[in-house]
Amino acid sequence: MSEHGHDHPHEPIAGDDGPAAARARALEELLVEKDVVQREDVRRNVDWLVSRSPADGARLVARAWVDPVFRDRLLQDARAAALDLGLDPGPSPVVVAVENTEQVHYMVVCTLCSCYPRALLGPPPAWYKSLPYRSRAVSDPRGVLEEFGVELGEGVELRVLDSTADIRYLVIPRRPEGTADLGEEELAALITRDSMIGVAEPVAPASATA
Amino acid sequence: MKQAVHDRGAWPTDAPIDRTEHELADWEVLTDALVHSLAGEGLMNVDELRRGIESMPPDAYERASYYERWLYSIETILAEKGVLAPGELDARLET
Amino acid sequence: MTFRVGDRVRVADRVHEGHHRTPGYVKGRSGWIERVHGSFTNPETRAYGSDGLPERVLYQVVFDLEAARTYVDVFEHWLEAER
Repeated sequence: MSEHGHDHPHEPIAGDDGPAAARARALEELLVEKDVVQREDVRRNVDWLVSRSPADGARLVARAWVDPVFRDRLLQDARAAALDLGLDPGPSPVVVAVENTEQVHYMVVCTLCSCYPRALLGPPPAWYKSLPYRSRAVSDPRGVLEEFGVELGEGVELRVLDSTADIRYLVIPRRPEGTADLGEEELAALITRDSMIGVAEPVAPASATA
Repeated sequence: MKQAVHDRGAWPTDAPIDRTEHELADWEVLTDALVHSLAGEGLMNVDELRRGIESMPPDAYERASYYERWLYSIETILAEKGVLAPGELDARLET
Repeated sequence: MTFRVGDRVRVADRVHEGHHRTPGYVKGRSGWIERVHGSFTNPETRAYGSDGLPERVLYQVVFDLEAARTYVDVFEHWLEAER
């Protein structure tokens, strides 16, 4: 059992034994007792949330890499493209996919809160929701990319997308060199969450030389 | 023009970005699920959730964790609508 | 006002005390319409229990900020035409 002394710095206690956790559990009990929400419905929502991961986003990108017609579909209507693959694009009314190229690199932020294509990527990482990212993605995006270890090529235009309203953005990262022989599943394994936010490139294939 | 505390784009800061991965705690997933359930019941929409978060006093907003802000918002909005009586949740925590 | 892709616009530089989704860093700035996203409920009223109707058109507006070309989704009632 951890100890929290009185001189503990004022950081929120995120674990399930902290005051916020107790509050959340008490809130659920109260709301269920008052018949405001149904416990089964809450469970269903919990299950849906924990089922979300970047795997679905990676499948979309991998298919776009191997199939130019699907790529166009994804760029035109990402929600429909996701449904074509039997994926759940989530309740967000509109998901828009943007494509990184030799000339252009996209990076996504939600400066006002944490808007994110959760159905396709899972919950956003803590850093995406953090105050420094939300601020600096707009004022110092190149500095942010440097921190993430991304070096943009000479003459690559950086474009920052701020999801301020109902649209959720998904980045189609560039297909790495040396992947011509890889199948869709192997390609999907290279496509990371961060590459679909625009703060990383996909992983290089294992057989690639430096 | 002074920006509201949640309006963080270009907010002056040199702070580095902490890239530590944090898996969501059970209570955080629960809080998220509660909002979805409340939305399903027509009791709280995403705009109200955001408005509730934005109503936090600035220093409380900055100190709170992401889902602590959500909890604050749920309580604020539900109290506003009379779904929760003032102090009802606090009283529950004391028992 | 209705805009089309390519139209030059300026974001209103007004104070709005309640909930709104136009970030401060673009207020008063000029840019141009990159996409027309379609119509959506108005978050400014929906945040206070209204149904958010009538829907408002949401635009993707591009700004050539010093740091980078920045794309922001802005509702029609925050945009003015600019020559």
